[in-house]
Amino acid sequence: MTTTEPSLILPPLTTAPEWFKELQTRAWAEYEAEPLPVRTNELWRFSSVKNLSLNDYVPAPEFLADAVRLTSRRSYQKPAGRLVFANDALFSAELLDPALKASGVIFTTLADALEKHSTLLRQHFMAQPAKLGSSKFAALHKALVRAGTFLWVPRDAEIQAPFEVFHLVEGDSAAVYPHTLIIADDNSKVTFIEHFVSFDPAQRGFACGVNDLVLKPGSKLTYVSLQEWSQNFVSVQINSTIAARDSVAVNLALNFGGKYSRLESVSRMVDRGARSDMLAVTVARGDQEFDQRTLQDHLQPDTTSDLLYKNALNDRTRTIFSGLIKVEPGAHHTDAYQKVRNLLLSDDAEANSMPGLEILADDVRCTHGATSGQVEPEELFYLKSRGIDDLAAKQLIARGFLNEVVARLPEAELSEYLQRQIEAQL
Amino acid sequence: MSSTTNSVDIDRDVGNFFYNLTPARDAGVGLSEGTIDYIVDVKGEPEWLREFRKNALHVFMSKPLPTHWAGDELKAIDFDVIRYYLASGESAKRSWEEVPAEIKQTFERLGIPESERKFLAGVEAQFDSEAVYSNIKRAVADQGVIFMGSTEALKERPDIFRKWFGKVIPTGDNKFSSLNSAVFSGGSFIYVPPGIKVKHPLQAYFRINAENFGQFERTLIIADEGSEVMYMEGCTAPKFTTATLHSAVVELVALPGAKIQYITVQNWSPNVFNLVTKRGLALEQAEVKWIDCNIGSRLTMKYPSVVLKGRKARGEVISIALAGDGQHQDTGAKMIHAADETTSNIVSKSISIGKGRATYRGLVHVPKHLRGCKNNTECDALLINASSRTDTYPAITVRGTGNSTQHEASVSQISAEQIFYMQQRGLSEAQAMSLAVNGFVNDLVRQFPMEYSVELKRLIDLEMEGSVG
Repeated sequence: MTTTEPSLILPPLTTAPEWFKELQTRAWAEYEAEPLPVRTNELWRFSSVKNLSLNDYVPAPEFLADAVRLTSRRSYQKPAGRLVFANDALFSAELLDPALKASGVIFTTLADALEKHSTLLRQHFMAQPAKLGSSKFAALHKALVRAGTFLWVPRDAEIQAPFEVFHLVEGDSAAVYPHTLIIADDNSKVTFIEHFVSFDPAQRGFACGVNDLVLKPGSKLTYVSLQEWSQNFVSVQINSTIAARDSVAVNLALNFGGKYSRLESVSRMVDRGARSDMLAVTVARGDQEFDQRTLQDHLQPDTTSDLLYKNALNDRTRTIFSGLIKVEPGAHHTDAYQKVRNLLLSDDAEANSMPGLEILADDVRCTHGATSGQVEPEELFYLKSRGIDDLAAKQLIARGFLNEVVARLPEAELSEYLQRQIEAQL
Repeated sequence: MSSTTNSVDIDRDVGNFFYNLTPARDAGVGLSEGTIDYIVDVKGEPEWLREFRKNALHVFMSKPLPTHWAGDELKAIDFDVIRYYLASGESAKRSWEEVPAEIKQTFERLGIPESERKFLAGVEAQFDSEAVYSNIKRAVADQGVIFMGSTEALKERPDIFRKWFGKVIPTGDNKFSSLNSAVFSGGSFIYVPPGIKVKHPLQAYFRINAENFGQFERTLIIADEGSEVMYMEGCTAPKFTTATLHSAVVELVALPGAKIQYITVQNWSPNVFNLVTKRGLALEQAEVKWIDCNIGSRLTMKYPSVVLKGRKARGEVISIALAGDGQHQDTGAKMIHAADETTSNIVSKSISIGKGRATYRGLVHVPKHLRGCKNNTECDALLINASSRTDTYPAITVRGTGNSTQHEASVSQISAEQIFYMQQRGLSEAQAMSLAVNGFVNDLVRQFPMEYSVELKRLIDLEMEGSVG
């Protein structure tokens, strides 16, 4: 199955259409015009914005490390297709089985898609504004993006096996701009797994990524990201989900790596019956900071969103969660839930929670909750009285705490695979 | 005299009247160092206060409006057209007989002297910038309790006043606390000696009479070790077409084992910007409880806070906000845990009617290496009409293990089933709605003194009449 189409490894985007090149030029001007974020901006409250000075980073050089060693132990057993990007260049492409390709599924690089599906790209490429504070970084991404994935799932296609994409980084102070655009056409069904991995667990680096999920009426899209950047990595990841009538979006982020990770996720329910599940599991260690900002935007009646973010905090870590449920005027019969739970495992850890609501329609059901606590002595005692030592007991409790999120995924095989990934981190 | 009353909204307008008075003391329009010199001179204040006020003025001028987190509504305040000090030039009277007729009538119409006779241990009445009446029952005064206007306290008890003044809320805390520090006048000063439990509430009543006026009272309450005191404040103003500003600073100090309960029922008219800073300091095993009820005003921004500074200190905020058509109640609470085993509780209920907007903004802070701190926050919002709006913006920071916080919020409307059930038992739709809304806030209203809870229920009934259909 492993074949690499040479055309895909050319220096990307030299063949991009004119409109795209103009877009990039404009984006660079926007990036330069906008100041860096400051903490007094409510969207960056509590954030360690000092991490966002980008002077020291360089464009990622040629990837010289062993990519296969990085991907093999993380790979999903039988993906529907796989792309591996190393330092923003295509390293390998395992293509679809011919039946999928024949049915009209497009799974390719951004560069290839810009050439062959320019109209689709022009309509959907970064069509949603970055609303949660990172517009400067969205502009930077737009200006410098090279490596990316485009997935189009045609009407009525139901693909069981997930698509899988790797973004690997190697080299001191390397900067990458991973991009993903998935469009699930009417009544289609697809799952997508994206990995972000540093080769060297201590090397500095910067990633500024965007993933846009477009759900057409009746479609189901499950997107999972596993972030394993190095302990000295700074990243900004901007997600935008747009859910049309009766579509179901599931977005699960597993956050393990990075020194400072900013994660912005927006779900917009734009028509009746749309549903979005926003899930995240964060295991923080050392001096890591995870800065998560979310928006559940209900624009039409009869829409649903459900958010569950769980953070396990070790050592001297900090987490920030700021979430907003917004029910626009007239979006009646909205069901919106938001829950963040922090498990503090160390005396030096700090959890900041800002769960927010803005409700402009009256016939709604909205609740949110935020809790911060620690392993209860009773729970620990119970396990110890059964012969489990202190450390193992704490790990067991943390595992149970986090697995609840993954268990929400509809596919058992996928959630088992992800549970193994979490356990490897604990 | 002029007054307008609306046939339906009669009680909502209880404060909507004013008298044409020409105050003997008037600092004029606008704010400058000259305004401060005027205030200091007519009040005969010491030089340190002149410096304090001028410094505060500079802080106020240098701070931007907090529009980066609050709304743009604040931009509607024109600080240059406001009058910052208006008073008759006479000192506060000890008996109602001595109070000038029109001012006395004002408070009689608001029912203050009557309440005093019935259930209060002491009353202070402020008219524009200064207290016009201040009295404390002999039995209470004999226990050593001090209850007087802050203007008086500065002169008579500078020893205690200056020790705590500006310590809980420093000048630079926010733009409006610095404005208050620059031009404050009036407000209450209370000192309760160790071990004294004041049985009946002390009350202050704040009245704005003049148009284009800013009221900046400053209240300081000190409860010495093991003492207890309950303070109530009420506020009204007539409806003017121009904006009126009310920007108070309230500082509470509960020394070890003391208990302070502070009750506010704010029923400002819909042209008032009500921007108040309230904070209490609770030392070991002390308790500060804010009961805060916001019904009137165009925009209220008020977040009563407790700094839990001593072991086992306790803080509580009970908040009810009723945002009628065109109003914005931006209220909430802050709990700063600064010692082990401190506990705090916030319960907030809001009701938005018509185009009203109720916002909860909260802050809970548990710093490092504290043990056994607990916070519980509950926010419930009720939306009455399709155009009503509610927001919730809490911020919770917890460091380390050994503490726990929980925050929960819900938004709902009155269920059609409930209304149907009551209607088929013969209640009108408006009655059913009133009953449902009263039920929603009932568990909090019960914590209010009787007189206030009856009043609040009546206000809800009246609001609901206009909102159905």
